[in-house]
Amino acid sequence: MKLRLATAGLAIMMLSATAACGGGGSSASSDAKTLTYWASNQSPSLAEDKTNLAPVLKKFEAQTGVKVDLQVIGWPDLYSKILAATTSGKGPDVLNIGNTWAPSLQATGAFLPFGSSEFTAIGGKDKFVDAALKTGGAEGKDPTSVPYLGLVYGLYYNKRMFADAGLKPPTTWQELVDAAKKLTDPAKGVYGMAMEGGSYTESVHFAFIFGMQNGGEPFDGAGKPDFTNPGMVAGVKQYVDLMGEHKVVNPSAAQYKNGPEAPGDFAKGKAAMLMSQNNADNTLQADGMKSSEYGVVAIPMPDPMPSGGQTVASFVAGINLSIFKNTKNKSAALKFVKFMTSQQTQQTLDKPFTALPVIKNGTVNFTDSATEAKAFQTILNTQAVPLPLLPAEAAYETNVGNAVNTLIAQAATGKSVSDADIKAALQEAQDKMASAG
Amino acid sequence: MTLEATRPASAAAGSPAPRRRSRRRLSPRLTPYLLVLPAVLLELLIHIVPMLVGIWMSFVQLTQFYIRDWTTAPWAGFGNYRIALNADSPIGRDLLHSFTITIAYTVIVVAVAWSLGLSAALVLQSRFRGRGLLRTMFLVPYSLPIYAGVITWSFMFQRDNGLINHVIIDNLHLSDSPSFWLLGNKAFVSMAIVAIWRSWPFAFLMLTAGMQSIPTELYDASAVDGAGVWKQARYITLGMLRPVNVVLVLMLFLWTFNDFNTPFVLFGPTAPKQADIISIHIYSNSFVNWNFGLGAAMSVLLLMFLLVVTGLWLLLTRRRSHHA
Repeated sequence: MKLRLATAGLAIMMLSATAACGGGGSSASSDAKTLTYWASNQSPSLAEDKTNLAPVLKKFEAQTGVKVDLQVIGWPDLYSKILAATTSGKGPDVLNIGNTWAPSLQATGAFLPFGSSEFTAIGGKDKFVDAALKTGGAEGKDPTSVPYLGLVYGLYYNKRMFADAGLKPPTTWQELVDAAKKLTDPAKGVYGMAMEGGSYTESVHFAFIFGMQNGGEPFDGAGKPDFTNPGMVAGVKQYVDLMGEHKVVNPSAAQYKNGPEAPGDFAKGKAAMLMSQNNADNTLQADGMKSSEYGVVAIPMPDPMPSGGQTVASFVAGINLSIFKNTKNKSAALKFVKFMTSQQTQQTLDKPFTALPVIKNGTVNFTDSATEAKAFQTILNTQAVPLPLLPAEAAYETNVGNAVNTLIAQAATGKSVSDADIKAALQEAQDKMASAG
Repeated sequence: MTLEATRPASAAAGSPAPRRRSRRRLSPRLTPYLLVLPAVLLELLIHIVPMLVGIWMSFVQLTQFYIRDWTTAPWAGFGNYRIALNADSPIGRDLLHSFTITIAYTVIVVAVAWSLGLSAALVLQSRFRGRGLLRTMFLVPYSLPIYAGVITWSFMFQRDNGLINHVIIDNLHLSDSPSFWLLGNKAFVSMAIVAIWRSWPFAFLMLTAGMQSIPTELYDASAVDGAGVWKQARYITLGMLRPVNVVLVLMLFLWTFNDFNTPFVLFGPTAPKQADIISIHIYSNSFVNWNFGLGAAMSVLLLMFLLVVTGLWLLLTRRRSHHA
């Protein structure tokens, strides 16, 4: 009898283990007093993220009695972890997402749409900066994410190097190229511009920004990819030429892909300029550069503007907050989102995360330089548009970003990049989107 | 299944006393099944079920819109296969390109790794001072964790402060300008070097083990018959190692063909086109466009190819050994 029981027990145990793996479970925490929160990496290290968030989360617990179980996830893993959570249904209650992923993640249907009642619960739609709120999801649908940290691109320049060369911060793209050429001295290992040339996200961002400046749009009116229009090709050329034709970028930068390498070159005086999002402040200061040693202006436009060109110096970058649809703690999750986007929390977190406020009456307080704060806020308010708000956005980023990386690699290894090369690479990226559709 | 096996025993039992006896008699017979049961179930769970799921995935349009609830994904029939096999479309062309690269990579890596392994095993076959030390050192690449080994190589291959460029330019003065080892055409070379470095110790290990079992009498006898070192190596060592080599070459082939770690750690999720071997290619295809159906179709094609090659190889080597 004993043996049969043991056998049966073992078989049942094994089977139930199998079944448990097959059945889609619910979200991680079923206890109404605990929320699971996935944070993205916003500080120089994951550990610092935890230290920065700990007091804020403690305060939330004191206010609401809800404990927050924090997990900080690095950028290389975040996307695939969200994807896995979407597939298995086992995810956190609340999570950070890169705001450009919002429409793609919305299309999975795994995230809670913010309808009017949800917006009321987090303190109203009106409290957010309009440009940032637009990134929440596809147009015409209830967004599945709300803005949390605001980021935009700016042009960082080394004040001392500019002063020594008798240069002023560039106001047109031509001035930027001229200044970069003047400041480049390969023999000394000094270049005019720093570049994260192996990062597909940076590459697609610049392909988009410069493409818009040149009168291009990556998607046509019907939402179909149109990567090879003359504006987009000219935009990619404008970026790749820094490495190729103008030779103002260290060829080694074609391999930079992790994030801190290009800011590192800039901080160490190996590059005079850097086009980066405002969170570069973090890395620059960690590398020993003081905020008084660099200035920030908007990335300049070509002069004269190409026909149809728009004055776009950045896209609305940043981090959004999403709630997993099958959370068991919807009301607590909404409370948490309300808390994280409240003026007080924003003011506390903007500093360590060097982010711009995403709420209307927020003040820029991540930097002690008033001109830098003003420059970034002006870019966000007047010269930034969202990346295309389409479900295919994530695929656009990867396909076009990788195509541009390949072109940069080609330029770095000394082969010139022609318009035809760019067009062919973009065409291939577009065909991949179409046949994978 | 196991419950079934115990039933006749208890049914045959008339009274409590013989019942106990019969069970005692039966249980040893049952024990081996009980012992393999967890392994069988885990094998099903870890290998067979995911494989079947993968095959199913290749027939549906599993894109971002359906990954939340797989069952709603629309049936695609052979659509995914048509895209993957259409050499005129960019996806099909890239797959074919990747396939060709992978064949070249596999042939080079297996050939060089096997030759190195064999040479080292032959050299270390005879006793000499320091043989143990050399054996241990030769096994280091194999015993290092893959990630640690490959990431070290990727540091060495860096353009600005990598060891390789330093040796070539500053020490040997072979070139003036530093070259890119992880971009462009050299990416393939670098990847092959790392893979050879990683896999030759395994060949060495297997061949050394195989050589231990060759009786010394054979060498003595052949020496009496006038065979020199080369003839001994050719006809005795290699001849006796034949069964080992059949398995070894097949394993090296499969590992290298499916190699994911080397390109992934060297290049990240997207490898340069010149080094875009098949497993990383499939990975970046599935995760770039969130099209797991297409990725699964490519994986099934890969699986079928490897099955055919493995089958042919075993058939061929078996037939030849019958003739021999």
